[in-house]
Amino acid sequence: MGLVDKSRLPAPLTKLFNMSRSYSLWVYQWGLACCAIEMGAAFGSPRYDVMRLGVIPLPASPRQADFVCVSGTVTDKMAPAVKRLWEQMPEPKYAISMGSCANCGGPYWDSYSVTKGVDQIIPIDVYVPGCPPRPEALLEGVVLLQQRIKNEDMAAKWRGDEFTTLQRTRAMEAGEVDRDGELINVPTAPTLETAQAVDSVRPEPIVVGGGPIE
Amino acid sequence: MTLTDRQQLSYIASQAADARLNVELETEGMTLNIGPQHPATHGTLRIICRLDGEQVVWAEPVAGYMHRGYEKLTEVRTFPQVTTLVNRIDWLGSFANEVPFILAAEKLMEIEAPPRAQVIRTILFELSRIANVSLFLGDLGVQMGAITPVFLAFRDREYILNLIEGATGGRFHPNFDRIGGLKDDLPKGWIEETRGAVKKLEQFCDTIDDLLFGNEIFQSRMRGIGIIPADIATDYGLSGANARASGIDWDLRRDQDIPLSYDLADWKVWTHPDGDSWARCWIRLQETRESCKIVTQLLDQIPAGPVMTKVPRIIKVPEGEAWVSTENPLGEMGYYVVSKGGLGPFRVKIRSASFNNISIVPWALKGVYVPDVITILASLYFILGDIDR
Repeated sequence: MGLVDKSRLPAPLTKLFNMSRSYSLWVYQWGLACCAIEMGAAFGSPRYDVMRLGVIPLPASPRQADFVCVSGTVTDKMAPAVKRLWEQMPEPKYAISMGSCANCGGPYWDSYSVTKGVDQIIPIDVYVPGCPPRPEALLEGVVLLQQRIKNEDMAAKWRGDEFTTLQRTRAMEAGEVDRDGELINVPTAPTLETAQAVDSVRPEPIVVGGGPIE
Repeated sequence: MTLTDRQQLSYIASQAADARLNVELETEGMTLNIGPQHPATHGTLRIICRLDGEQVVWAEPVAGYMHRGYEKLTEVRTFPQVTTLVNRIDWLGSFANEVPFILAAEKLMEIEAPPRAQVIRTILFELSRIANVSLFLGDLGVQMGAITPVFLAFRDREYILNLIEGATGGRFHPNFDRIGGLKDDLPKGWIEETRGAVKKLEQFCDTIDDLLFGNEIFQSRMRGIGIIPADIATDYGLSGANARASGIDWDLRRDQDIPLSYDLADWKVWTHPDGDSWARCWIRLQETRESCKIVTQLLDQIPAGPVMTKVPRIIKVPEGEAWVSTENPLGEMGYYVVSKGGLGPFRVKIRSASFNNISIVPWALKGVYVPDVITILASLYFILGDIDR
């Protein structure tokens, strides 16, 4: 993808690529607890049938996956495995946090062994609240993630910058980036500062059903 | 990974056994790690197998990946709040987890739910058993590469989940049982709908019987594999269908006197003399049919009356200790509740079925071939929340 790295893609091409990306999402099912059954109902059952949305729920390994659905309680013993899973996935990658436990600890908010929110370990794009969420809620989360992918600037995404088209327009107006979407006053080589800058412009996560992110 | 002393000693012994074997056969051992995230483990169980060729010489389950500290958390909750937690122990049959705890609290308070509440409790208990075991029957095929049964299971399980949602408001975790009765009465038309849904589940059982249990591949991979004799099953504390598959005629629904209305229905406890993987799965299939029978019979016998006795607004359980266990979908599940007269329990010991059921894994996996590991684990049927709590 050298071409995509170096230059800006024409807008129609970006749109085409984004559309094809958003309708061929390979999801890695990281089912941990109760939510795994509802995730199974959403992804594996004939009633909810996620494949009609263009999501393929059966990759053989995280290396072939586009997004991961962390569903269920992440304990402190399990957390290193979740982190390692995330690092094994190739960019561009997304994460859905399903259920109260993965969002914030849920009913185990005062437990000694539960990680209070998987977002302490990996960056989350979509939060699906509920204990456990209905399969319909998870499907809405998937649809919202697809909308986000459609609005992305792919060149920026491939470089590692997490810019959407809209965000880049706004950032250009504010004078933070130049016309190519590069951050002004930030070295292009991947340094710690770049990483921090990228983190600071990472898009806000989506919450299914609205509501604040605590 | 840190192993405990016992695990380490067992591992060293296995390597020594391996070394002896290697001298004779000039083979080399291999360690196979299954999990912690593996479809065959129903969640996050990790099993370390030491292999000699295709045979397992040593296996050790590593539990604790789903430990949420229930017993400690119950100490800082009030009695009505605990049901919210214990719902999530065995997440497939949630309502069945609430019942023994509520019964233990009622035993301490020396009250009993009204007859109507008892019958409705029993119906919901059996419905959650059907919801639990139907997914097991579907999942069984996936372990052996048959993908169709799981679709059927998810399709037909929805009927039961809809019923539970209609009665309790919660599709998965009802949190419907209260000390002294139930939160609400049944909605209008629920009984008729239940009759229809249970018929569909009976048809599902017949389909699975034909499709899966009548399948030649399924039979050859299940029959005579993973045999657990009755005395070994008793030693390891197996309960539920796993014990009954070894020929132990023991069912807590029939054998103990608890305020649930199983005696109103005419049903049978199935046992199987073989004790192999096939027997364990077959027993569960028969149990689902029996559960359908119990529900159909109890629907005609729901008495009139209130669903809640008089209990104080703020529930304080008097000082004392109580042990109540019931026959949950996975086996015997019990709560030992110690109360000091406060708002919440002082200490709760949870005896969950799966923890004992997987304790036999090191014994059962010794000497089997690698593909049989999956079928034996599948037939033992554990749920990770039930193991680690």
